[in-house]
Amino acid sequence: MTDTRTSKADASEAWITGIGLATSLGEGLEANWNALATQRVNVDDKGFAPHLVHPLAPVSFDAQIPKKGDQRQMEAWQRIGTYAAGLALDSAGIKGNKDILARTDMIVAAGGGERDLAVDSAILNAEAQGNSAPGFLNERLMSDLRPTLFLAQLSNLLAGNIAIVHGVTGSSRTFMGEEAAGVDAARIALARIASGQSDIALVGAAHNGERKDLLVLYEFGDFNLKSSFAPIWARNAHPGFALGSGGAFLVIESRQHAEARGAKPFARLTQVVADRTSRKHPGDVTKSLAGLWSQLDGVNDSGAIVTGATGAEPATSEERAFLTSHPGFAVRATGTSFGHTMETQFPLGLALAALSIAKGKLFPPNDSAGVEIETTAAPSQIVVIGTGHWRGEGMALVEAVR
Amino acid sequence: MAAPRDRFGRPIVVVTGMGVVTSLGAGKADNWAKLTAGESGIRTITRFPTDGLKTTMAGSIDFVPVDPFSSTDLSERLADLATEEAVTQAGIGAKGDFPGPLFLAVAPVELEWPQRQALGRVIGSGTPIDYDQMLRVAGGGRFTDFHRRFLFGSVADHLAETFGTKGSPISLSTACASGATAIQLGVEAIRRGEADAALCVATDGSVNPEALIRFSLLSALSTQNDPPQAAAKPFAKNRDGFVMAEGAGALVLESLEAATARGARILGVLAGCGELADSFHRTRSSPDGKPIIGCVRNALADAGLDPEQIDYINAHGTGTPENDKMEYLGISTVFGERAGKVPVSSNKSMVGHTLSAAGAVEAVFSLLTLEHQRIPPTINYDVPDPAIPFDVVPNTARDARVTTVMSNSFGFGGQNAALIITGEPA
Repeated sequence: MTDTRTSKADASEAWITGIGLATSLGEGLEANWNALATQRVNVDDKGFAPHLVHPLAPVSFDAQIPKKGDQRQMEAWQRIGTYAAGLALDSAGIKGNKDILARTDMIVAAGGGERDLAVDSAILNAEAQGNSAPGFLNERLMSDLRPTLFLAQLSNLLAGNIAIVHGVTGSSRTFMGEEAAGVDAARIALARIASGQSDIALVGAAHNGERKDLLVLYEFGDFNLKSSFAPIWARNAHPGFALGSGGAFLVIESRQHAEARGAKPFARLTQVVADRTSRKHPGDVTKSLAGLWSQLDGVNDSGAIVTGATGAEPATSEERAFLTSHPGFAVRATGTSFGHTMETQFPLGLALAALSIAKGKLFPPNDSAGVEIETTAAPSQIVVIGTGHWRGEGMALVEAVR
Repeated sequence: MAAPRDRFGRPIVVVTGMGVVTSLGAGKADNWAKLTAGESGIRTITRFPTDGLKTTMAGSIDFVPVDPFSSTDLSERLADLATEEAVTQAGIGAKGDFPGPLFLAVAPVELEWPQRQALGRVIGSGTPIDYDQMLRVAGGGRFTDFHRRFLFGSVADHLAETFGTKGSPISLSTACASGATAIQLGVEAIRRGEADAALCVATDGSVNPEALIRFSLLSALSTQNDPPQAAAKPFAKNRDGFVMAEGAGALVLESLEAATARGARILGVLAGCGELADSFHRTRSSPDGKPIIGCVRNALADAGLDPEQIDYINAHGTGTPENDKMEYLGISTVFGERAGKVPVSSNKSMVGHTLSAAGAVEAVFSLLTLEHQRIPPTINYDVPDPAIPFDVVPNTARDARVTTVMSNSFGFGGQNAALIITGEPA
C-alpha cells in the first residue's frame, strides 16, 4: 500500500486553493454545482447509439486558449484539459503570475491516442477490398496522417499544452493508467508538498468521452453502458459505464505558501492512499478498499463519501459491499451525473469534495437504488474513492481547514 | 561508513541492481562490450515492409520474439528482461516480492494496426468498414484480451504482478525524458522516507509502421539509410535526425541505509535530479536555451555539486540538428570554458534513440562508465560541427577517471530532465 499523509509531525499541510471544471454539466464551479443541485444529467443516447455518452457542455475555448493556432494543435481532450487547467489557475488567483507559474509543479493524468477515424476506416476498407500490397499501409499513412495529430496523441502533450498556453513550467509529469493515474497524480503531488519537495502544484486530468475509438477499447471488455441510462447504483441488470467528457484540475499548495500570498482554501487535502489488488478472487476490491480506509487517519464515524464508482462489474458491487460497512456516510457517485471520465474521475471527486466543504453542504443524491441518502449536515470531512473499472483502488481524505 | 544522509539531510539513494536490453543485445555484459567497442545496433528494418518510407532502419530488437507482434507486448517483454536482471543483481526481497513501489516509463499504449485489421476481418468485405462497425463486433468476448492489453496501465500491471512491487504502480510519460523521470520518482519516494527501495523501469518497443511514420512526418528521423550503422551521428555536422530504437533499462534504488543493512553491493549513487518544463513550442526547445540551462542547474543544485565536479556528461545527443545544438547551448552556458574539456558522448550513436526508455538505458550506461572507468564513444563522428566544440569522445572508447556523471534527457512537450550519478557515497 502506498500512503501519503500530511499528518506526520513535520509535514506541511496541503490546501486546495484552485479548482477548474469543464464537464458535461457545464463550465465553472457554479454551473456544475447548480446542475448537481437540480440533479441534471446530460447524456446523449443518439450520437453513439446504442452506447451512451455524457458530452461536453458547450464552452468557449477562446476564453482560456486565446490563440486559435494553439487550439488547432490540440485534439478535444487536450483542449478540454487546457481549458480546465486555466480555470483552476484563475480560481487560485495565479493565472498569469509568472513568478509562481515558473515554479508550479504539474502532474497530469492522461490517456491519449486520439485517432483520425476517417483515415483508419479508409485504410481498413481498402485492405478489405484486397489491397494488401507490401507498403500499402505505409503509403496511406505517409500521405493521410496529419503531422500534428501525433502531438494530440502523445499523453504528455496535455501537460505540454498547459505549459505553452498558461506558462506552468516548474515541472511537468504525466501519469498514465486509467483511473489509477488520477489517484496517483494527486497522491504524488500531495507527497511532494507534504515533504517540502514542492510548494505548489497543478494536478488534474481531462477526458474526451465522445470518441468511438475509445468506445471500441472498452467494448472489447463489454464495459460500455448501452441503450438506457440508469444511475450508477441501479445498473445491476445492465452494468457498465457511459463515457463522459470533462476536465478537472486543482491547484494544491502548502499552507505556508498559500498564506504567504493570501490565498483562500476550498479545503485541505489531508491524505491520498492507493493500492492495486490483482482482483483474482471475489471480494478483492472490497478488501482493498477496507485496507485503504484503515490507512486514513481520524475519519469520523459518519460523514460523506464522493465516489468515482464506474458501474462496471464486479468492481461496483464490491465497492458497494464496502460502502454498506460504513452506513453513517452519505454517498455520492459522480458517474451518474458526469459519466465515467476515466483518468479525470478522481480529480473530479476531489474537486467536488473540496467545493462541498467550501459551500458547507453536500450536493443532493441522484439515485433510485437507495444507496445515496439525503443529508443536510455541513461536511467537515469527505472521503473520495476511486475504484478503477479493471485495476486500481484509491482514496483521499478532504477536510475543512481548521 | 558513509553517513546515510546527504548534506541536505535526506536519505542517500543508491543503486543496487540494474538491467538493460538494447539493439546491441540483452544484459549489461553484452551491451557494455559492444558499446565500448563502438558497435552499432542499428540495422535495416525487416519486421514490416518499408516500401514508401523515407527511413528504413532502426535499432529494433528482433532477438526477443513476440508473436503476434505488438509494440506493447514487446515493451512488456523488454521490461521483464531488464527488470529480471536488475532484481537478480540486487538480490533484494524474494522472487515475486519486491519490497517497494514501481515507477514505469512506457510509451503511450494504443491499439495497433494488427488489432484494427483483426476487427476489419471480422466485419468482412461485404460491409463498409467504419468505427460503428468496429464497435458492433468489438464486444461479446471475442476480443477481451485487447482490452487488457491496450489499457495504458497494462505493462505496469504485468510488472507489478510478476515482480510483486508494492502499492499502486505508476506508469508515466514525459516523452523522451520518461526514463529519467521514472528514476526521479523513485529517488523522491526514498528521500521522503516512504520506501526503502524502489523499482524504476523504462521500456520502449515502438518500432512499428505508424510510430515510425509519425516521427518521419515531423522530419525528426535520419534518412541516411545506407549503411544503417552510420545513420546516427550525434554532434557531427552531417547529422540529419535521430534513429528510432527499442530497449529497456531497469534500476533497483535503495536508501543507503537499507542497502548497507542488508549488505548489498552499491553500484552508484543517485545524487541529484533536475527538471524544468519548456513553454516555447510542442516539439522545439526555447531558442534561448533557458529551460535546458535551468534543468541542468536544478540537477546540480539538487546534488549539491558545482559544474567543475562533473567529469563526464552522458548526453541526450539524439543527432537531430536542433537537439544537439540546444544541448551544446545549455551545457556551454552552465559549464563555461569547461564545456569544451569535459567529455560528452552519446550512446544513441550506437543504440539509437530508445525514446521512453532512453533515460534509464543511459543511466545504466552511466553507471557502467563509473564502474569500468571507461567512457563509451560517440561513433559516426567523422565531420565535426564547429558550432558544437564538445569533446565527444569520437569513435573510440576512452579510459578516464570518472567519479560523477550527468545524464541528460529532453523530450517533446517541453520535457527536460537531468540526473547526476556518482560512484561512491559522498
